[in-house]
Amino acid sequence: MTALVEVRGLTKRFVKRPDLAGRIAGRLGADIRAETVHAVDGVDLAIAKGEVVGLVGESGCGKSTLGRMIAGLLEPTEGEVFFKGRSRVRLSGAEAREARLAVQMLFQDPYASLNPRARVETIVGEAPRVHGLVPRAKLAAYIDDLLARVGLSPDEVKRRYPHQFSGGQRSRIGIARALAVRPEVLVCDEAIAALDVSIQAQILNLFMDLRASLNLTYLFISHDLGVVEHICDRVVIMYLGRVVEMVPTSELFAGPNHPYAQALLAEVPRLDARKRVFEPIKGEIPSPLDPPHGCHFHPRCPHAMPRCRTEAPRLKAIAPGRLSACHLNDA
Amino acid sequence: MTDVSAPNGVGPLAHKGVRPPATDAGFPHEPSREGADPVLADNRFRVFLAEFLESRVAAAALAMLILLVAVALVAPWVTPQNPYDLGSLDILDSRQPPGAKASTGFTMILGSDGVGRDLYSAIVYGLRISLFVGVMSGVLAMLIGMCAGLLAAYTGGRTGALILRGVDLQLSFPAILVALMLVALLGKGVEKIVLALVAVQWAYYARTVRASALIEKGKDYVEAARGLALSPARIMLRHILPNCLPPLIVVGTVEIAHAIALEATLSFLGVGMPPTEPSLGVLIANGFEYMLSGRYWISFFPGIALLVTIVCINLVGDQLREVLNPRLRR
Repeated sequence: MTALVEVRGLTKRFVKRPDLAGRIAGRLGADIRAETVHAVDGVDLAIAKGEVVGLVGESGCGKSTLGRMIAGLLEPTEGEVFFKGRSRVRLSGAEAREARLAVQMLFQDPYASLNPRARVETIVGEAPRVHGLVPRAKLAAYIDDLLARVGLSPDEVKRRYPHQFSGGQRSRIGIARALAVRPEVLVCDEAIAALDVSIQAQILNLFMDLRASLNLTYLFISHDLGVVEHICDRVVIMYLGRVVEMVPTSELFAGPNHPYAQALLAEVPRLDARKRVFEPIKGEIPSPLDPPHGCHFHPRCPHAMPRCRTEAPRLKAIAPGRLSACHLNDA
Repeated sequence: MTDVSAPNGVGPLAHKGVRPPATDAGFPHEPSREGADPVLADNRFRVFLAEFLESRVAAAALAMLILLVAVALVAPWVTPQNPYDLGSLDILDSRQPPGAKASTGFTMILGSDGVGRDLYSAIVYGLRISLFVGVMSGVLAMLIGMCAGLLAAYTGGRTGALILRGVDLQLSFPAILVALMLVALLGKGVEKIVLALVAVQWAYYARTVRASALIEKGKDYVEAARGLALSPARIMLRHILPNCLPPLIVVGTVEIAHAIALEATLSFLGVGMPPTEPSLGVLIANGFEYMLSGRYWISFFPGIALLVTIVCINLVGDQLREVLNPRLRR
């Protein structure tokens, strides 16, 4: 079976070249070079139709960048994104548009992600109208249907502006906007992180309802392991631009393999660990401007060996459907 | 823009007995606001107007400005004489003090100038020219500057840098110098002055639009629009531009006042409007030579008219800035 979305060797580097003054200073001997950030470093990932994949990691580990590349909002520096087995860069015209519309992104900030000057009906209806997805005569009914689907009452909301809504309602409007172009994949970039916990639950339930009724596939970017455990089939853990572990959710929570995954999981607040003193992972996440050699995690890893400092571990199968990138698995 | 749900309880809402929703303070995500404010949705303009009129000075300035524009628009019906019709001028009426009778019988309430024009009529017609030149050049410069600024912000990179350097170059020259040179090259006439003013002023608009467009461009709703495969032109014009309008309106009003002053300056220096079609600047220049001989009114009244017009526009612009800028909100 081919995956619905697959990325191979996906890499994103952000390069900040020195400006004119910097270049002149560089000529004169100052230590000024182009600064390169490896936001995402050679990630391979395949998502099957109907799957819910969680993508977790600390802030700055490249999970949003990966999500944006998969959604087509950022061009990868290297590597390719395949949609239904076809490389997206090789598509053109109508096919490229279809492939782009098929993967929609949901954003973290429900306030900034809606155009403040457009009415809800415009926000939701613009793309299907422009792309001719719906006949003009049926557009109003289509918008009403979408709004109802995400749990808003169309007649009350469609003539209003985003600033008249609460965060949860705005999230729903954002979801309706994404659904309007009939996507197959939703990339949720911390899509519920800015909401109250009670509203988070409502939106999560909405996601799951939509998954069932529209046969959607999700890439769920989050730092909230509790949420990930609740809704994801499979979890991808990233550290400093690289995938360190890819594992079915139940197995992850039964026993994480990679030391970073272990450390992450140990810090999830749980009722049965009420008396525990939480020990944060030692040290800060290293600067992606100057990542450590070898395994990126070795400066903070309790099991670091000499080999970890020199050789980057490859992502290897350690059980069926389970991959981990750690030298400890070779021992 | 105008956040009509501001829960301060003062202002227009209180008068109409509509209780402002009290949910904002404690629970930003409280979902119960739905259906609470159908009145407010349609009243954004009325709320905006009410906030604008909160300042007495601005309200007076706006009223004065409306009056001036109205008078300028209906000039032929509210003036006793057409100052551009040289045949109707009588040299015997020249340099008469305010209140004197003209040879054709009407009273020249503001006196007459050196060629026998009724000053009141000349001022009204001159105002017409000044306002036309100001608004025309303002609108044209805004359109050009808007496109340049949007393009600079959206494309970034080399095109953006090129436009930006053009703006910097333009702004590094004193406006009056560039305008003088252009008018000297192009010659006299309304359309040439407008052209010169546009050439001087587009850069202000371009810079303003670019600055706010850059901020808007980084917001998620623009990303979302790109994800929906909308065309760059549509994203720029339908998504980014409407959100850049408030600062643009403010700059626009101030720049229109600026354009009127520039036109008057050019005319005063003798390179603007021809003497047969006097704008306010020409009138002031004409009377300038009589100033010391006691015939103050020939320069004085056109000067007052110019001053009042510019001050009113600036006051309106200031209040617009106050109302449209959420950061200055009390």
